[in-house]
Amino acid sequence: MDLSMLWYLVPSVLMFVCGIYGFMTRKNLIAILISLELMLNSADLNFVIFNRYLYPGSMEGMVFTLFAIALAAAETAVAIAIIINIYRAVGNTDINEVKQMRF
Amino acid sequence: MDSVGNIIVYFAVAILLLVFSIMAVTAKKILRAATYLLFVLIGTAIFYFQMGYQFLGAVQIAVYAGGIMVLFVFAILLTNKPNEKDQAGNSHRKLWGFLVSATSFVLLLFALFYMPLIHGYSLVECLSASNMITMHDIGVAFTGGEKFQYLLPFEAISVLLLACIIGGVTIARKD
Repeated sequence: MDLSMLWYLVPSVLMFVCGIYGFMTRKNLIAILISLELMLNSADLNFVIFNRYLYPGSMEGMVFTLFAIALAAAETAVAIAIIINIYRAVGNTDINEVKQMRF
Repeated sequence: MDSVGNIIVYFAVAILLLVFSIMAVTAKKILRAATYLLFVLIGTAIFYFQMGYQFLGAVQIAVYAGGIMVLFVFAILLTNKPNEKDQAGNSHRKLWGFLVSATSFVLLLFALFYMPLIHGYSLVECLSASNMITMHDIGVAFTGGEKFQYLLPFEAISVLLLACIIGGVTIARKD
């Protein structure tokens, strides 16, 4: 039995689809951010899979994933700062309560 | 032909990823969702190790499972009362979410099965010794300006992280 590229891509697809579901159904801002991380993670996994199977001698997919992880860290930090600010202004982190851009 | 150990590890991690990513988006308590996300990130790191990217797996565990998860837990404890539940969205919204995610799942699977080369290689063939990436290769790739070397993006990331620190402090500061 061979572990071909398809075997690794299917869990990645499942992760991405779970992320879409959570992104559309959750109401808490942090839960939405968690779903976003799921989608980002599956994209990272795809870069690595294609690098390993189609261009096994090079490392461009790995480098791209390294940069994507650093960007995800930056993005999460800023998003959480914004969410904490919203919590101070509104009192909770429900997306239905956030109706204006500045307070 | 891949070894039996590799296949067992693959199935264990794939089931772990599936179960915990579903639980991460359906858990009622938000802190539990963050914990399930942590398991998903660790499972992805195991896939990276299995595919021979040891450095990337270590970075995934250190930055994602370590740093970002701590940020999440901090934010959850700052903005939610303990034991507070995320009110379930109404069923209309759940239906739409299910429809969109099921449709994209089917489309993506179709795209996967019709992709050329997808059944072509086994992991063992791609993991020959000449393909392994050493720390020396990574160091050279990140500190040079030639083709396939990434000094400029590396420095740009450092500036971005500095901007991000300043921005985060400015936004979240009490005034």
